[in-house]
Amino acid sequence: MADSGVTDGPDEKGDISHAKREGTELTKEEKQRLRKEKKQHKKNKERKDDKTSESQKEKPPTERSPTSKQAAHPPTQKAPLAVPTPAPLPVPVLDAPAPAGKPAKSKTEIKAERRARQEAERASKQGKKGDVIPQVPAGKAKLQPSELQPVVKRLPEHVQVDNPEVLKKLAKKLERQQMQGDSAGKEIPLRSDYGYKVSLFSHLHQYSRKAPLTQQLSIPSTVIHPSIVRLGLQYSQGIVAGSNARSIALLHAFKQVIRDYTTPPNEELSRDLVNKLKPYISFLSQCRPLSASMGNAIKYIKKEISNIDSQCKEEEAKSELQKCIDRYIDEKIILAATAISKYAIEKISDGDVILVYGCSSLVNHILCEAFDKCRKFRVVVVDSRPRLEGREALRRLVQRGISCTYVLISAVSYILPEVSKVFLGAHALLANGYVMSRVGTSQIALVAKAFNVPVLVCCETYKFCERVQTDSFVSNELDDPDDLIVTRKGKTQLGGWQDVPLLGLLNLVYDVTPPDFVDLVITDLGMIPCTSVPVVLRVKSVDQ
Amino acid sequence: MELQAVLMAAAGGSRMMDLTYNTPKPMLPVGNKPLMWYPLNLLERVGFEEVIVITTKEVQKMMSTDFKMKLDVKMKLDVVCIQEDADMGTADALRHIQQKIKTDILVVSCDLITDAALHEVVDLFRAHDATLAMLMSKAHEFTETVPGQKGKMAAEQRDFVGVDESGKRLLFMANEADLEEGLTIRKSIMRKHPRMHIKTGLVDAHLYCLKKMVVDFLADNKSISSIRGELVPYLVQKQFSKAINSPTTKDDAEDQNQKQKDGNINMELHLSSHNEHFLQLARERSCWNDHRGDMSEAYHGGKLRCYLHIMEQGLCYRVNTLAAYIEANRQAPKLFEEPAIHPSAVVSEKCLVSSDSIIGASCQVADKTSIKRSTIGNSTTVKEKVKVTNSIVMHGVTIEEGSNIQGSVICSNAVIGRGADLKYCLVGNGQRIEPEAEKTNEVIVGSDQLMEI
Repeated sequence: MADSGVTDGPDEKGDISHAKREGTELTKEEKQRLRKEKKQHKKNKERKDDKTSESQKEKPPTERSPTSKQAAHPPTQKAPLAVPTPAPLPVPVLDAPAPAGKPAKSKTEIKAERRARQEAERASKQGKKGDVIPQVPAGKAKLQPSELQPVVKRLPEHVQVDNPEVLKKLAKKLERQQMQGDSAGKEIPLRSDYGYKVSLFSHLHQYSRKAPLTQQLSIPSTVIHPSIVRLGLQYSQGIVAGSNARSIALLHAFKQVIRDYTTPPNEELSRDLVNKLKPYISFLSQCRPLSASMGNAIKYIKKEISNIDSQCKEEEAKSELQKCIDRYIDEKIILAATAISKYAIEKISDGDVILVYGCSSLVNHILCEAFDKCRKFRVVVVDSRPRLEGREALRRLVQRGISCTYVLISAVSYILPEVSKVFLGAHALLANGYVMSRVGTSQIALVAKAFNVPVLVCCETYKFCERVQTDSFVSNELDDPDDLIVTRKGKTQLGGWQDVPLLGLLNLVYDVTPPDFVDLVITDLGMIPCTSVPVVLRVKSVDQ
Repeated sequence: MELQAVLMAAAGGSRMMDLTYNTPKPMLPVGNKPLMWYPLNLLERVGFEEVIVITTKEVQKMMSTDFKMKLDVKMKLDVVCIQEDADMGTADALRHIQQKIKTDILVVSCDLITDAALHEVVDLFRAHDATLAMLMSKAHEFTETVPGQKGKMAAEQRDFVGVDESGKRLLFMANEADLEEGLTIRKSIMRKHPRMHIKTGLVDAHLYCLKKMVVDFLADNKSISSIRGELVPYLVQKQFSKAINSPTTKDDAEDQNQKQKDGNINMELHLSSHNEHFLQLARERSCWNDHRGDMSEAYHGGKLRCYLHIMEQGLCYRVNTLAAYIEANRQAPKLFEEPAIHPSAVVSEKCLVSSDSIIGASCQVADKTSIKRSTIGNSTTVKEKVKVTNSIVMHGVTIEEGSNIQGSVICSNAVIGRGADLKYCLVGNGQRIEPEAEKTNEVIVGSDQLMEI
């Protein structure tokens, strides 16, 4: 029975290899079958050798096949429940259906065989999660055709930090992203994680500010453009913080990259420049994970670059790209801020008490404009540790002449009865209407809802993101845990936190607010409810 | 390209004339390597591929014959020679090579031996868009007895360095020699930075990151001739000068202080062309401030910023005095993992060489010698029954039998006669010590050197 499998194998293999030679694309099924057959072939060879040596060794293979036959049937019948069962099913499972239907294979039997084989494969793949199967990227798990098995949906690779294989793959990917023509093979270094990570967030990176990525780069940085290195440093040290500031700084750095770029011979600008930007983007995301606004800006630039006419001369193309970047910033950030403040000022009436949280450049802009238009209102600035960004917002507002009150977030329920409106900034608006913003925002929105105070979120459309998220765990950012350590009067309480075995410091950066707590979103397209975000995204993609 | 490295190797070594009257300071052997090899090695390790070396013709000639330099230094050295007697300061030298400078520069002095992490200095320079970033280290006391020194050394003039709370921003720099009546700090500085730490026990490593516009500024202002003595204090002071921060002073150019105003205006022009529109926008929207407690924006709106990195741990020596030279010889070998005894040296079995000694290439050490805590240079011959303790012996020296050398510095090509007993002496280049001589705490140099002043 084992041998019979061998006779079938080479023929089918011959078919597939023939198809390969002909240059037609193998379907996934055929590829799997090819692999299976190779394995089968190998195992059969082994078994042949065993047989010749001792008869005892025949028993285990024969024993295995009846059990495997039985095991084959449940997968065919109870398809959905096959997931929890294995135990890596041995390859002989695949043998079993073949000999069973060998003499006269009807269509249904062939189909049943194929299905059994696929499910067995999937089950074995799940069992052998640790193996590095080279041709299987994470996305392939979703490609299993029509089967309704609830395959565990894998997280994107950049989120899976606790999986060592994923980290290895990421390191290799960074290695491969070298400058073209740089034979020295300098790669972008991998920043290593720091400190104990709380288990719920162990899939995220946690870096220390004292270990900058530039330690591993050469000082006159040749692999990465100097303005990108400067930008990465400014991101990781928090000198450029805030969604809008980061995007503008990013686009400025890209302008300098484009200015210093020269097309290598035999290359096209539209393709080569995009490849040049990839290592820079990896570097920046190592310094600090990219924000949604930065992601959209990068998408826009890449689109513009690939749309460059190949007949265009280099100088023209570069100046065209620079103009595109200028236009993007003007339209999406500066003009959008003007439009949003126009709408928002309608909502601010005299005698209002407005609550703001943290330092949002857009909300500050709105309040300053409203003050310039002689609206009478006062502001309550709510702040939270460890960033204490509210101090900066307080400074800017007071400098303008607006009367402000400053509280910490623990006093929010105390101050809310006085407040008439809450204005919040956003880091990104997700496709299911959730608002991703600085950690603490959802808290404020919740308490405001409890007090029946209207919550208005101000957000430009370029921050709208096609991601869907309902909790703050899956995709977030972990900041340096040492920021939580505070020294008062010479005493540092948490100084030795790494030595305490059960203690972990968690410094989250973002959280998501459900749309039920948000009453209105003010964008440059107008004032929309939170649930209309997917409509805006759809309209935007149609436009482009 | 981001940074260009410039190595200043034209220094005269004016504080250790006994050692340098024959060998120029950059080529003095420290741990059997020429002194300028150390900064070059530092630059190579961090990843520089080209260095502009400003030196004299003599040093250039010696460099090309020294095989250590040729083998180990893989960077491209662009040697620029200047006249020895032109008495050029470091800033003058920068002005001299202004045409070669296309980007920001990193200026290093040839007598710096350090294992500092240069990225700390350069990161300050990059992240804060600084005009100047420099390196300093906590000073160590030199404990070794210096040969030929009679009595205690006069305390050197101290440097007063003022830094802000974070310890990174450089607010004040002055040397004791310039402060006649006392230390004066302007009110404008105190208003902006109410907490200032003033430190005196720091050694300046003479490693500076300068913006390109500073070099252009130097080209226009020929009165500045030394980086450390004049340019750095000028820049530090200019951070808080009103002329830089308010853009309307162009109308105030009057004849009384024409030269000074010219300097101001030049700096303004250089600075304003640098700042870009988008950077300004980004900074306005960023919720970061470098200080808190007052109503001004990040950096107080100042465009000129000077930063400082203070090394807490690690080696940092500037070999500009004899004491520093001796200390460096002790510590420098610890920076590198090289075998103490050069493979080509012929060391007989019956001699005692301690583990912290270094024997150079092609040496010949005979039987029954004892070498402790010493550095023996290349091609040196040490005959029998010699005791060398705590000493530095340079290249090509011959030490005859039965000599006892303790705590001394023997320069190149000297000959120590048999049975000589030297304690804490400095023997100059090519000198001969007669046999059975006993010398303690003396400096033995040739008569031709005594003529030079």
